[in-house]
Amino acid sequence: MRSPDRESFVGGLRLGVGPALATGVLALNFGAEARARGWGSVETVAFSAFAFSGSAQFTLLSSLSGATVLAAIVAAMVINVRYMVMSVAIAPSLRGGRFARVLQAQAIVDASFVAAHEEDNRYDVWRLIGVSVPQWICWTAGTAAGVLAAPSPELMHRLGLDVAFPAFFIILLIDEVRRSRRAVLACVLGAMISAGLLFVTGPSYALLGAAAATLIGLRRRRPDEAVAVDPGRQRR
Amino acid sequence: MKLWLSILAVSAANWLMKAAGPLIFGKRDLPPALVDITRLTAPALLAGLIVTDLGRDIDWTELIGVAVAGTLNLLRVPMLLSVTAGVATTALIRLTSA
Repeated sequence: MRSPDRESFVGGLRLGVGPALATGVLALNFGAEARARGWGSVETVAFSAFAFSGSAQFTLLSSLSGATVLAAIVAAMVINVRYMVMSVAIAPSLRGGRFARVLQAQAIVDASFVAAHEEDNRYDVWRLIGVSVPQWICWTAGTAAGVLAAPSPELMHRLGLDVAFPAFFIILLIDEVRRSRRAVLACVLGAMISAGLLFVTGPSYALLGAAAATLIGLRRRRPDEAVAVDPGRQRR
Repeated sequence: MKLWLSILAVSAANWLMKAAGPLIFGKRDLPPALVDITRLTAPALLAGLIVTDLGRDIDWTELIGVAVAGTLNLLRVPMLLSVTAGVATTALIRLTSA
């Protein structure tokens, strides 16, 4: 590793500590809730280590209990489609052969993507990796701690821990709708479609039906519909 | 077995989506319409997820906790503090109404 790369990596590690601590607490919830819903310890920790994605993991855990397996998997996959956009954005900044670049791209999470962004629209790959390393460690270790503690469902309900999931989702949603008016519209439409479908069908179809709201993306953007990205916000 | 398959499928999809840039697109850009649609998947699905999660068995103590977390986050309170406050609010209501 070259000296500037080492500096970037160490700087990334420092930047990653804050989000990593928050991530660890969230992972604790994930581990405990997964055990409460009957998931095995190995599966739960392995999922955190492999997937390293709060939104996809919470989605699968939450929707598997009410939806069909296929619908739950599709919902968990689709919710992370933004990683594809991030990967395309970061591709010109990755280094080495194709395999090395694919490996580097695995360090993409929301916080590292934001932290690695430089003024000239390029990305500092070693900073990206540096921010993600402590997050991955805390995410996996936090899940293991939650699995080991494994409080009973009654205790979790009494402590209000069932609120953690939807609260986490609503905060992610607030983060999303701050980006553009179209995101607000997609959110409102998605909620209406789901609520309507919930009356006539099961939760799995109601959840997937919300994806139809993305079709408003095909509408031409008006000049006054500028995308307002708030770079100060970071999430996993 | 179903759980392992779900876990592996979601993990593999995650890896592939993160690898899509260097693997498939190289240095080419995504078509603008596709970018617009992918940007909207998270808000649409998150809204659907919240509705299906909270709408299945409506529990007003849970709704208040989620509303507290959301409101605090709108006021720029950090994520972890917002979620903790939401959880604590619901726990307190359940404790006092028990």
